[in-house]
Amino acid sequence: MAELTLNKPRFTLGRVFVYATLLVGVLFYLMPLLVMLLTSFKSMDDIRSGNLLALPDVFLFDAWIKAWSSACTGVACEGVKGYFWNSILITVPAVLISTFLGALNGYVLTKWKFRGSDLFFGLMLFGCFIPFQVVILPMAQTLGWMGLANTIPGLVFVHIVYGMSFTTLFFRNFYVAVPTELINAARIDGAGFFTIFWRIILPLSGPIFVVCIIWQFTQVWNDFLFGVVYSGGDTKPITVALNNLVNTSTGVKEYNVDMAAAMIAALPTLVVYVLAGKYFVRGLTAGAVKG
Amino acid sequence: MTAHNMTQPTASPALPDGATSAAAPARRKSSCGDRVQRLLPKLVLGPTMVTTLLFIYGYVIWTGVLSLTKSSFLPNYTFVGFLQYEKLFDNDRWDVASLNILIFGGLFILICLAIGVLMAILLDQKIRSEGAIRTIFLYPMALSFIVTGTAWKWILNPGLGLEKLMHDWGFESFTFDWLVDPDMAIYTLVIAAVWQSSGFVMALFLAGLRGVDNSIVKAAQLDGASMPTIYRRIILPHLRPVFFSAFIILSHIAIKSFDLVMALTGGGPGYSTDLPATFMYTTAFSRGQLALGSASAMLMLGVVLAILIPYLYSELRGKNHG
Repeated sequence: MAELTLNKPRFTLGRVFVYATLLVGVLFYLMPLLVMLLTSFKSMDDIRSGNLLALPDVFLFDAWIKAWSSACTGVACEGVKGYFWNSILITVPAVLISTFLGALNGYVLTKWKFRGSDLFFGLMLFGCFIPFQVVILPMAQTLGWMGLANTIPGLVFVHIVYGMSFTTLFFRNFYVAVPTELINAARIDGAGFFTIFWRIILPLSGPIFVVCIIWQFTQVWNDFLFGVVYSGGDTKPITVALNNLVNTSTGVKEYNVDMAAAMIAALPTLVVYVLAGKYFVRGLTAGAVKG
Repeated sequence: MTAHNMTQPTASPALPDGATSAAAPARRKSSCGDRVQRLLPKLVLGPTMVTTLLFIYGYVIWTGVLSLTKSSFLPNYTFVGFLQYEKLFDNDRWDVASLNILIFGGLFILICLAIGVLMAILLDQKIRSEGAIRTIFLYPMALSFIVTGTAWKWILNPGLGLEKLMHDWGFESFTFDWLVDPDMAIYTLVIAAVWQSSGFVMALFLAGLRGVDNSIVKAAQLDGASMPTIYRRIILPHLRPVFFSAFIILSHIAIKSFDLVMALTGGGPGYSTDLPATFMYTTAFSRGQLALGSASAMLMLGVVLAILIPYLYSELRGKNHG
């Protein structure tokens, strides 16, 4: 700990306590990820003879291959690859559309206010907080009427509808800080609604787009409730498939396959977090702490 | 701008007669354009307004209506008053679920706040590699609760999980079977949920700590106050708003907890770890009691509103006065 002398605080009992506690914290948070990875590279014999934190005797990719292409998720035994693909098909359009609509809404709610628009924003905020259980039955019936029950477009639709409260909140809070004089000046020059949006607002919006896309991506990818209620046999998202794989009680439990499947389900959001952690955290705090 | 202004005076003398007749259509055209411009914002926001009113408020009302009917497998609009709510309170399973949300929610919120504050304070002591530590504390937030549940289900596996690890490390008599113990299983949910969310609380408090005015702390130090006293008397009281936001977010996560239960315990053993969210799901979708499920959903909404409305009210009031 010689490096401590660089800082003002010196080596004291207090510092030892601080670092020791933080180290315990680090181990606590890292342990499950480590266990998942270690287990996913083991054989079942290895799992039974070793323990959670023992290194695999031989590093095997068998569990990953099985989880991807041949593990049983309920009735079907084709691994999680199809469901991984479903999740992509659901997430990409849902995220892009809800983010873009959120940007337009935020733009209107800050730069083109009209009578009632503030009230509407207040009403919309509630959408961020309601427990979805309270809308889930009517939506099931509506999707049925629209012929979208158990389909991927149906899930995309649901994610857009209930994601928009958040995306609008993000953009609204970001655009509030954009000086209105800028917009007024452009209006005097004859620029219209969309010209201002494309030429002035969008070029300023880079950071908030990143924050919003990451937030929405995490939300939609990790969703389970909508997925389990509104998807059919072959339109399940990865979270539902993972849950089915882990909780089907037929045959011998293969913990290595469970862990490999869990890692596959977790990888996309983990990669985003590692690549853009700063924006991820900003989204969490902004999304959580209102405007 | 300037070029535009300069061309106009030279252009107007060129059409002395047609000036009035040409100006009129031009004005009409621009006012028409103005009207479009004025309508555009409403047109753009319109679809969102309609979907919000319909799919949020309309559906809440719809669910409310359903909860007053005798619907079972299919909606049936024969009204029975508050019968479903009476049934709900007589329902043993609902009693377990409501007691569980109190235990789970209470412990989850308390422990997350405690760990969050502690870790934030420790991380604020000019720590080396603070960024890396923060990243490690927060990554669980990026995971799905299903992944978290799957991982902890394996770690807490009686036999091959933590128990085996402790035996291998020499603690032969160590037993840990909470996952299959109806009285203790609810606490495994707390462990996994705290693991997932406490790093986020830490991030909230760390941001709050960084916002505390340093000069106040310096002044207190000059007066001879010790660091623990400064934290207790000066810094933590400053973080009251952060406590409130964290409380709101955590209670919201707790009430919505559904995925974690499904993945970790499946509500079991028996229905000992049912929460309102899982109760609603099984009642409405597996057991075909739509009205009873709706009633439970309405009660969930009621609890969320009871927590949220005072908070939003104080927030908005604060803003108007500021």
